[in-house]
Amino acid sequence: MLTVTDLTKTYKTGDKALAEVSLTVPKGQVVGLIGPSGAGKSTLIRCINRLVEPTSGKIALSGAELTGLGPRALRRERRRIGMIFQEYALVERLTVMENVLSGRLGYVSFWQSFTRRFPSADIERAYRLLDRVGLMEHADKRADALSGGQRQRVGIARALSQEPELLLVDEPTASLDPKTSRQIMRLLIEICAERGLPAIVNIHDVPLAQQFMQRIIGLRAGRVVFDGPPEQLTESVLTTIYGAEDWTAMRKDGEADRVAEAEAVARLAMISA
Amino acid sequence: MTEFPQTWAFRTPRARLALWFGWLCLVALFVYCWQVMTSTTIWMFIWDAPRQAADIGSRMFPPRLSYLPELMIPLWDTLNMATLGTMLGVILAVPVAFLAARNTTPSALILRPVALFIIVASRSINSLIWALLLVAILGPGLLAGIIAIGLRSIGFIGKLMYEAIEETDIRQIEAVTATGASPAQVLNYAIVPQIMPAFWGITVFRWDINIRESAILGLVGAGGLGLKLQASLNTLAWPQVTTILLVILATVIVSEWVSARVRSAII
Amino acid sequence: MTGYPTTWRRPPQIVTDRRWRIVLTVAIIAYLLIGMGSVEVNWARMMEGGERGLRFVYGFLQPDFTSRWKDISNGLIESLTMTLTSTVVGVAISIPIGIGAARNLAPPWVYYICRSIIAVSRSLQEIIIAIFLVAMFGFGPFAGFLTLSFATIGFISKLLAEDIEDIDEAQAEAIRATGASWLQLVHYAIQPQVMPRLIGLSLYRLDINFRESAVIGIVGAGGIGATLNTAIDRYEYDSAGAILLVIIAIVMVAEYSSSYLRKFLQ
Repeated sequence: MLTVTDLTKTYKTGDKALAEVSLTVPKGQVVGLIGPSGAGKSTLIRCINRLVEPTSGKIALSGAELTGLGPRALRRERRRIGMIFQEYALVERLTVMENVLSGRLGYVSFWQSFTRRFPSADIERAYRLLDRVGLMEHADKRADALSGGQRQRVGIARALSQEPELLLVDEPTASLDPKTSRQIMRLLIEICAERGLPAIVNIHDVPLAQQFMQRIIGLRAGRVVFDGPPEQLTESVLTTIYGAEDWTAMRKDGEADRVAEAEAVARLAMISA
Repeated sequence: MTEFPQTWAFRTPRARLALWFGWLCLVALFVYCWQVMTSTTIWMFIWDAPRQAADIGSRMFPPRLSYLPELMIPLWDTLNMATLGTMLGVILAVPVAFLAARNTTPSALILRPVALFIIVASRSINSLIWALLLVAILGPGLLAGIIAIGLRSIGFIGKLMYEAIEETDIRQIEAVTATGASPAQVLNYAIVPQIMPAFWGITVFRWDINIRESAILGLVGAGGLGLKLQASLNTLAWPQVTTILLVILATVIVSEWVSARVRSAII
Repeated sequence: MTGYPTTWRRPPQIVTDRRWRIVLTVAIIAYLLIGMGSVEVNWARMMEGGERGLRFVYGFLQPDFTSRWKDISNGLIESLTMTLTSTVVGVAISIPIGIGAARNLAPPWVYYICRSIIAVSRSLQEIIIAIFLVAMFGFGPFAGFLTLSFATIGFISKLLAEDIEDIDEAQAEAIRATGASWLQLVHYAIQPQVMPRLIGLSLYRLDINFRESAVIGIVGAGGIGATLNTAIDRYEYDSAGAILLVIIAIVMVAEYSSSYLRKFLQ
């Protein structure tokens, strides 16, 4: 369980990215974080594992306080938090296997990681995860040889190999096409359900969020302006979050995507039948 | 009916004036420098130069090819000087580069300026000057040449490497940091793989340059082909000089070809 | 859990054949052993040199600018004037050669002549050219000036030619389509595109020429190098340290001001 209390982040330039954000994510819940760009979604996610240092406030993961930890203790806590990135952020010139194993870096000594001699349990876990995301036969390929969707699957496997207690997901589908986006979202949701893993998913695509998330938090200018189930996300709420925009058009686009996807699936089924 | 202007100028009058003034300053500076530089020149020698050139030219041909076998060991020494010197340079330059790069330096206030000064100092002093100093300190021989090449290479490799380190993709570094990796592991898993191609390219490029430089280091006593060149020049054995120059030229062409091939294979 | 391997080794990335890897490793180790073995180290001489090395380090830390200041300033003036004149002359000669060496502007016979001039200038070391020019023109900065001009031609012409070959063909096409002559084409389509680069390259070459001017003095072509050579020959390491520091300082100033100038000109 993650508890964030009064989290505030002010950048050196004076921009207030987050203002007294408080939220609680219980075990097994997948939370979608929506809001216009610049609302502080990315800052919030990065404050939780302190890739961005919060200015004030408290963050506790299953009772352990994350703010104020020294570098060594922070690294130990970071192992419990898996992170998935917008543009995959794989180390392109390493093999897929090395990328997955890099999730174990916090658990092994420098020498073990330098010689690439990971414990056999780690290697077995890595293979199992690669199999789970459907990339078993790509283990020895270099990450830059994969397609976008495949790379994001490696990113998921890397985060899971940490055996995390929380997943932070930053715009997982921003650089993917609509169909692959849905596949990746589905995979994420399934995996979270299998493991009872809580997740915070930063997402700019409102229809996608409504389709997949159990709970949605709306951020605007660094403040929480909505927190509830996706059904409560009415037009007026969206206007509070995004400002007055013609966002029905956006929704229709999403609708069109869904129809197109359904059609493609049906066509594929016909071909294989 | 609208009146269109009848004249049009490329620049505004002011910009043109500034431009002309700039050129005028350059010409004046050039003339002044020329006067200062040639104040001690003995013009008789200069007018005599074509005759001298013809004289030397006629003595240089034909090259003395029977001298070739004697050049093989100096050639081997030259290649060794370049290769071992490059290795020394790489070993010294890599830590300097990591200290100089903004994103990996442990202390931006003290160590980074020191590393940058090492790079500038090494770059501004030619390997021949390093060799001159080292021959005076260590005595003539290959060792002085190797160290001279190594010291000169620090600046070149260090500068290009630290630029490559600063250009690494921050997202990959962030992702590895987020797993709870220690700084050494982040270096090993996120930064090193990204700079590897640049590293090999820079090393081979510098090796190619070092071959050229090591061919002449012997002029100040650091061994290799330059030593033979110096000896032949001192005894006015012009046909031997031609032979040595041909060997140097061939080596340079081959090394340039090798380095171009290796670099294109990496990229 | 069954079915998943518990060991993994990073597959080799460059040489995939195991036998080749072994051969290569052995070859590299053998070369290193033989190469290092061929370096003769005279330990007695090095011990003796240790003391001199320390004196040089002290000289560098406590440089003596004053006792040889007249020689240093003379050398510097020679070096600086040599650098400027040779860069100006070298760049002036480089422009026609660079245009001639651009495949998209010059007829083939001009192209080959200009390319061979570049090849000759680039393949000969400054120091070797200096030796010959000193033999022809006598000692002093004039030989140095000629050396640096000659080296500048190879450097600038080659890069200029490459720049011209890389220009946006569409712009040249547009000018050609208006019926412009060859000279008009160069003036209107080529010059605006390559001018900023040419200025940048010239400033860079100015910097290189200064550094080189410190070297060619060793073989008698004048400049600060001659002063440095004398100082080292006389074991005056404190003066040598001062000269080196002056060179480093001037190179640093040149680098900063040229990067500033380039920004200003763009």
